[in-house]
Amino acid sequence: MKIDGGDTDTPRVSPPSASSTPTPADVPVRPTLRQRLAAWDVRLSPYLYISPFFILFALVGLFPLAYTAYVSVHDWSLLGGQGDFVGLQNYREVLENPYFVKQLVNTISIFLLSSLPQVVIAVTLAALLDSQLRGRTWWRMSVLLPFVVSPVAVAIIFGSVFGDRYGLVNELLGAIGIDAIPWHTDRFASHVAIATMVNWRWTGYNALIFLAAMQAVPRDLYESAELDGAGRVRQFLSVTLPMIRPVMVFVIITSTIGGLQIFAEPRLFDETTARNGGPDRQFGTITMLVYDFGWQLRDLGRASATAWMLFILICVFALLNYYVIRRIGLLGGDDR
Amino acid sequence: MRHKVRSTQRGRLALGAVTALSLAVLTACGGDDGGEGDTDGPVTVTVATFNEFGYEELIEEWNADHDDIKIEQVKVGTWDDAKANLYTKLAAGSGLSDIEAIEGDAMPAILAEADAFTDLTDAELDGRWLDWVAEKATNSDGQMIGYATDIGPEGICYRADLFDKAGLPTDRAEVAGLMGTWDDYFALGEDFVRKVPDTAWYDSSGGVVQAMLNQVENPFETDDNTVAVDNPELKAVYDTVTTNIEKGLSTRLAQWGDDWVASFQNSGFATMACPGWMLGVVEGNSEGVEGWDFADVFPGGGGNWGGSFLTVPAQGDNIEEATEVAAWLTAPEQQAKAFAAKGTFPSQVEALDSPEITGASNAFFNDAPIGEILANRAEAVTVQPHKGPKYSDILTAFQAAVLRVDDGSQPADESWDQFLTDVEALG
Repeated sequence: MKIDGGDTDTPRVSPPSASSTPTPADVPVRPTLRQRLAAWDVRLSPYLYISPFFILFALVGLFPLAYTAYVSVHDWSLLGGQGDFVGLQNYREVLENPYFVKQLVNTISIFLLSSLPQVVIAVTLAALLDSQLRGRTWWRMSVLLPFVVSPVAVAIIFGSVFGDRYGLVNELLGAIGIDAIPWHTDRFASHVAIATMVNWRWTGYNALIFLAAMQAVPRDLYESAELDGAGRVRQFLSVTLPMIRPVMVFVIITSTIGGLQIFAEPRLFDETTARNGGPDRQFGTITMLVYDFGWQLRDLGRASATAWMLFILICVFALLNYYVIRRIGLLGGDDR
Repeated sequence: MRHKVRSTQRGRLALGAVTALSLAVLTACGGDDGGEGDTDGPVTVTVATFNEFGYEELIEEWNADHDDIKIEQVKVGTWDDAKANLYTKLAAGSGLSDIEAIEGDAMPAILAEADAFTDLTDAELDGRWLDWVAEKATNSDGQMIGYATDIGPEGICYRADLFDKAGLPTDRAEVAGLMGTWDDYFALGEDFVRKVPDTAWYDSSGGVVQAMLNQVENPFETDDNTVAVDNPELKAVYDTVTTNIEKGLSTRLAQWGDDWVASFQNSGFATMACPGWMLGVVEGNSEGVEGWDFADVFPGGGGNWGGSFLTVPAQGDNIEEATEVAAWLTAPEQQAKAFAAKGTFPSQVEALDSPEITGASNAFFNDAPIGEILANRAEAVTVQPHKGPKYSDILTAFQAAVLRVDDGSQPADESWDQFLTDVEALG
């Protein structure tokens, strides 16, 4: 979309023409001060309008990022403060830490278990909400209710519901004859429980984003598809999904970034006093490792190193996502 | 995009936006309602506690009698959550309450942070506390950093109704005769679980770990604070606790977790190591359950688990008032009232002899004379374990090692090796 400055009184510098004052063709028109300022205004003002965001980002985003890198190459204690310069030693210590690889695998596992079902269910939900339901507004509002609840409250309650011995889920499973599942002890089961919490919170939110995108799809496309004999499902797959590609890219990328940083849910799911993701770190994530190094072991150097490695991991995943999406043609021809 | 907005309307929109934004910024910058001056309005002193200190009625009493200083309590569930908050806010330099309660095991690490806490030394309070308790709160420069609140002499809480089911004696004195040593206690447990198959003997392996570790002279560190976890006494405790797991004596639950709390209501276990402050916790979790009693015995003679201190962080705004409040809260009379409320046994010398303590009894625990029992158990304490600055962190790793065996994710020997690696990684 072009920004049209149609209503301002910016004079366009136009080549000499028959309608203006006749001047010799080889004498250029000298713009007045006002005209020059106006030209600068058109060129610079877009950058000025977006600069507050970037200034703020530089202060609260870019500077902490750089400062964390600075902290990560020093020996830095939480209460003692800055120590000696140690180069990449903190990174080496983190990579050699017995729990690092385990928590990395946990992070990726929880991410996949949460993001993939989330996107699929959200798209389906949005398609259902887009149809002519009764009480449409009520359904659309209530789908956002789980998002409104505090994640800490959700984690505490779900932690109790998924209790290994006296939890509600195991009681219900017992009632239909299935053995109790050790939700806190078994590695995969704990990932499923935490992914359930995350999905519960974010599916409605993503569904509404998809719904907004679907409502922008012109209705006559559906009409012509119906005339061509396509059923509801075929219409969904061939008309709706291709038309909401850009929004799907957005949702997948934000889910990736959020899904690799999960902290509150696993931390409160753990009922041991240390809250490190279980006694064997079976559901500890990388963000929890950052907290463990920084605030339990009180070593900010190692915590910063872990934080930077998480940052690099997220960048890698985001790029991977981007290339995969491009390969399977989600970006299609309108690559802006 | 609407290109046809007229300039006057756009001007008004812009003015409105700027006004709203500046109002928002002014509100954000202008809000500052903390710290009233001494001359106008009462000073609020915040006290941060965890678990159950028994201060609720005391605070009401103070607030009714005083107009110039008002107390407000901030409660957290466990010491570990309070510890996380404490260290975060210490590093941030602000945000702590005026008085912070610290658990006894963490005092050595706190004493090492010399500048962060106010020196509370007061000649008038000399001799108020038991010697070994006052020592715990005194740093290497001779300054007293904390005022002791309670100590944790342990007895055995038991479910008389479950004992009856197993055909075991239920009378307090008789039960006391059966549990004098750890071997006797565990043997009785094996007998119990055979007769009552679905119930464990004690509430958690973690509780027994605490009870046994508090009878070892140097569990994790030598007297000069060198970390030495690969020692025979610690290994013996570990082996005993993990062998009991196989015998079914443990509920295999994590202490303080949701399932552990629920197990009180579901008759998950029959006995428990109970320091004074645990009595309030048991009562709270076992609402509606009848049959609890408290025996004047502890395997191994006696042990002390816990006991806390009130400290005044140096970053606070109301240091003088907070010191005054802390001294009042830890006075013998007040601690005796806290004991009556939640069973937190006094660390103050005068309180130990007072009739309120010696004559106290607890209706929930079958009218057990808890004052007398706890006083006897306190006298039976022979060992004060040496706890250095890393004690808290190593204990967390040790409890995690036992829990891994509890929940079946690792065999005992592998879990022990992982514990040793964890302690090394503490740096």
